[in-house]
Amino acid sequence: MSGIRVENLVKVWGAFRALDDVSFETGDSEFVALLGPSGCGKSTTLRLIAGLEFATSGRISIAGRDVTGLASSKRNLSMVFQSYALFPHMTVAGNIVFGLSVRGVSKAEQRERLARVVDLLGLSQLLDRRPSELSGGQQQRVALGRALIAETPVCLLDEPLSNLDAQLRSEMRNEIRSLQQRLGIAMVFVTHDQTEAMSMADRIILMRAGKVEQSGLPHEFYERPATTFAARFIGTPPMNVLDLAPGADGLVIEGGAGPAVLPAGSIPLQLGLRPEQVTFASAGQPAVVETTEYFGADTITACRIGRQRLMVRAPGRPGLKAGDAVHLAWETSVQHFFHKESGLRCEIDPAAPAKKTRVAETTPQ
Amino acid sequence: MKASRNALYGGLLLLPAAVLLWTFTYQPIVTTFIDSLYSTPRGRRPAAFIGFDQYETMFADPVFWKAMLNNFIYAFATIPLSMAMALAMALLVNSKLRGQAAVRMAYFTPTILPMVAVANIWLFFYAPDYGLVDRVLQLFGLGGQNFLGQPDTALAALIVITIWKEAGFFMIFYLAALQQISPTLMEAASLEGASFWQTLRRVTIPLLMPTTLFISVNAVIGAFRLVDHIVVMTKGAPDNATTLLLFYIYQVGFGYWDTGYAAALTMVLLVILAVIALVQFGYVDKRIHYR
Ligand SMILES: Nc1ncnc2c1ncn2[C@@H]1O[C@H](COP(=O)(O)OP(=O)(O)OP(=O)(O)O)[C@@H](O)[C@H]1O
Ligand SMILES: [Mg+2]
Repeated sequence: MSGIRVENLVKVWGAFRALDDVSFETGDSEFVALLGPSGCGKSTTLRLIAGLEFATSGRISIAGRDVTGLASSKRNLSMVFQSYALFPHMTVAGNIVFGLSVRGVSKAEQRERLARVVDLLGLSQLLDRRPSELSGGQQQRVALGRALIAETPVCLLDEPLSNLDAQLRSEMRNEIRSLQQRLGIAMVFVTHDQTEAMSMADRIILMRAGKVEQSGLPHEFYERPATTFAARFIGTPPMNVLDLAPGADGLVIEGGAGPAVLPAGSIPLQLGLRPEQVTFASAGQPAVVETTEYFGADTITACRIGRQRLMVRAPGRPGLKAGDAVHLAWETSVQHFFHKESGLRCEIDPAAPAKKTRVAETTPQ
Repeated sequence: MKASRNALYGGLLLLPAAVLLWTFTYQPIVTTFIDSLYSTPRGRRPAAFIGFDQYETMFADPVFWKAMLNNFIYAFATIPLSMAMALAMALLVNSKLRGQAAVRMAYFTPTILPMVAVANIWLFFYAPDYGLVDRVLQLFGLGGQNFLGQPDTALAALIVITIWKEAGFFMIFYLAALQQISPTLMEAASLEGASFWQTLRRVTIPLLMPTTLFISVNAVIGAFRLVDHIVVMTKGAPDNATTLLLFYIYQVGFGYWDTGYAAALTMVLLVILAVIALVQFGYVDKRIHYR
């Protein structure tokens, strides 16, 4: 059991609530991504778990042990800092074994564990260098080495890839993920990059303004986003969220002349459509092409329906240009509905009569 | 053509600083050295070239050796102690502490007081019978000490004053350096399980090394340069127990008006300071990690 359990965590600075009743639970040796926009409280959550900061209220337990009031050194976890926090006056080797040597591990064992970690991370050529003589990616690996050599069941990482270029970033992503699986440890990984979270994590915790917006498996985020915020946060380009308005025979996309999406209902609703699930067709929802962006494998076309904008991601080159009139189509099964005011997901069967429409029980977290 | 023009402009830009440096630093050194090779002019007898005679006199002069010894004792006592205290105080006022600003102020106050004022305050502290220190000692039945009047306590009494005055000054440098150290490094150390002392020894002190070097250069220069409190408090008495090198130079030069001998003594002081500075910047510097 190496899961982390966070219950009703609150962190207040003065009058500012950085974390407001955050609860989540992670499974055994899971790779968990803590995702959210800048300033939403990801680092704060991580620092509370690490014991670098103490909660105003709430409980944290790791592997079934309550650690809420425990000093960080007693929590049996390791951490990779956003800025790496390597000791500038120590060599790579000195940095990696620092924790072992202050904990009084024998020199022989230090050497043995160092050799193993260095092998794993491909740092053997760099052991005598100082951090200032390393590239960003190498520094990052040293920071990772310092965390891994402790062999703790839990490892926390605060945006460790944010300083790297795109190439190195994707390399390191795979490296970290495969290390985590090989070592069978739990990792909590802070990121504000949704593709990173989607591609690496077993579980995603999406935060917004100090609260957990949605927590679940990556495919759940894609297939059943709990709120419009979650819907817009995941996917490239993100989900289109369009206002619906009453039309001739039901709810239609506001400003559009298309067929009814839903039978008329009382609550104001929004329609969510993933760009890759919308296609150009000979009949359907009329729209006007605004811009197109070609990416090789596919093209992203921005279309306009009334005053609302909608992205379509279609394979190849649809051969459209600005000003073209098109028709858009999609399966009813890919439609998502959200309550307009609260942004919460509504479970609606488009075929069913309007009165069955209800706000889903999928409240945040 | 262009290169020589650049050299000309460069030279012109350097000229003001070079002139000042030469006039007030190097020219006096050269003149002092030349003076030290001549006898002191007396009355109608002009200075005569006497080679290294002044230096020979010096090596046979017991007061010179006493001043040297005193100065080294003074330096080796004041420098480590005041620096250690400065570091301790800086660590204290850098922590999250109630009334932090007030404590910083209190530590820094001795530094901003003029040395002459400090010396007068301490004259009262050290006064036999009614002075603060003696009063406290009287409680333990050890009263009646004249700290500045006894050969075996006079230098120590001056050393205490210097530490009291310098520690606050050095603290400011340590404090500034401590605030430059990223707090995440300290967090990383504590997360790795390092205790306060381990963090201090293995992270903080190594990172403060450049500051330590800077302070120690200043402290050494200070230890050989300070005379104000001796002039005010002891004038080298008792029995030259508190005569430091610069004070002796002052006495010889402006008390006895033996300027030739004073010039020779000055050269020795200069050489000592130059050697210390070279060792510190040349050798110690190479072993310190600068970011
Ligand atoms: N020591 C502090 N005192 C006061 N407010 C703080 C403190 N630390 C963080 N905050 C505030 O708490 C909020 C959450 O900060 P946090 O560092 O957790 O954000 P984050 O999600 O990690 O953002 P980023 O992606 O930019 O790193 C921010 O609004 C921040 O201004
Ligand atoms: Mg952060």
